Amino acid sequence: MSKVNLLDRRAVVSGLLANRKDAIVVGGLGASTYDMAAAGDHDRNFYLWGAMGGAVMIGLGVALAQPNLPVVVITGDGEMLMGMGSLATVGLQKPANLTIVVLDNESYGETGGQVSHTAATADLVGVARACGISDTRAMTTMAEVEAFAPALQDVASGPRFASVKIDGANLERVLSSRDANYIVNRIRGALGFQPI
Amino acid sequence: MHARADAPQEQAASQASAQASAQADSWPEEIFSILQRFDVRQVPYVPDAGHSELINRVLGSSTMRGVPLTTEEEGVALLAGAWAGGQRGVLLMQSSGVGNCINMLSLTQIFRFPFLTLVTMRGEWGEFNPWQVPMGSSTQAVLELSGIRVLRASHPQEVREVVEAGAMQAYNACTPTAVLLSQRLIGSKVFVK
Repeated sequence: MSKVNLLDRRAVVSGLLANRKDAIVVGGLGASTYDMAAAGDHDRNFYLWGAMGGAVMIGLGVALAQPNLPVVVITGDGEMLMGMGSLATVGLQKPANLTIVVLDNESYGETGGQVSHTAATADLVGVARACGISDTRAMTTMAEVEAFAPALQDVASGPRFASVKIDGANLERVLSSRDANYIVNRIRGALGFQPI
Repeated sequence: MHARADAPQEQAASQASAQASAQADSWPEEIFSILQRFDVRQVPYVPDAGHSELINRVLGSSTMRGVPLTTEEEGVALLAGAWAGGQRGVLLMQSSGVGNCINMLSLTQIFRFPFLTLVTMRGEWGEFNPWQVPMGSSTQAVLELSGIRVLRASHPQEVREVVEAGAMQAYNACTPTAVLLSQRLIGSKVFVK
């Protein structure tokens, strides 16, 4: 099932978040959210169980509201394809504290592994760059992922966009909370905001 | 033949109309003041002629961030993120954009965040373009089916009161609210001279 030389998604996400500090992390619906949960629950984890195509925009909203905090969006290729316009919106706003990481397995893993556009023709790194995000990269090794991880803390020179080719293995789901009200209020509480 | 006799009346009528139009022009300014008062910080929008004056005020503001979108659903997601980060926002769009938002409007129910959108209406009052009519006709129902409370302003003098009520229930009671700004208020778009 797994191709050789493609990275393990859980290792990638754990590696990126190992030293996350105060970062707020948004996970796209499906496997990206499970990967975040597998890396360890955190009160600044913004798990999504829906809102397909909205992960980058949710990250942008947080990033604009909290310009001194690192904000990281971790999502899949299918979710990113649905919200491709949001890369143009990010390119225009240029939030210096926002990093977008796409875990690209070239398929819709949650729905049966149907191939996505990135398997053949779509180049998300090229799209991000063409939308005005100048710090873009495609990563294929864990060494590159580990070298990139400290950049997530940088709130002065984003936005950044990275695509990581991962293998298509369907891993056991690690379920986070799916109560959106709890998730958002936990983040707000961690930032010092009170319930209404 | 009526020229001289009617001249003063015409002038008076034209003055009255100028006054009415000055008053009509002030409602976007009234909306801007309300948004300022409620500490609205993020203003995502897809442009509409009816919102152009308000958008210009937002883009010139030092406290608000205008965020142009490629499609309206981006704005719903942006405002959910803004709320998590401690800021209030408002989504500006045209009635046709409401249809683009439907799935993302789920966020307003499951996050129970203070969602406010101001929707300029097309396809309901002297419309020229038939392509605007289907979505304009279903805008209110679509919003209500999506769990959004709908208020409407049709006359310049009621805009302040209605937008204020919408802002109060959205921001104070976390009640997702849309204020429809009627095409009657904005005026039909003129395509032919």
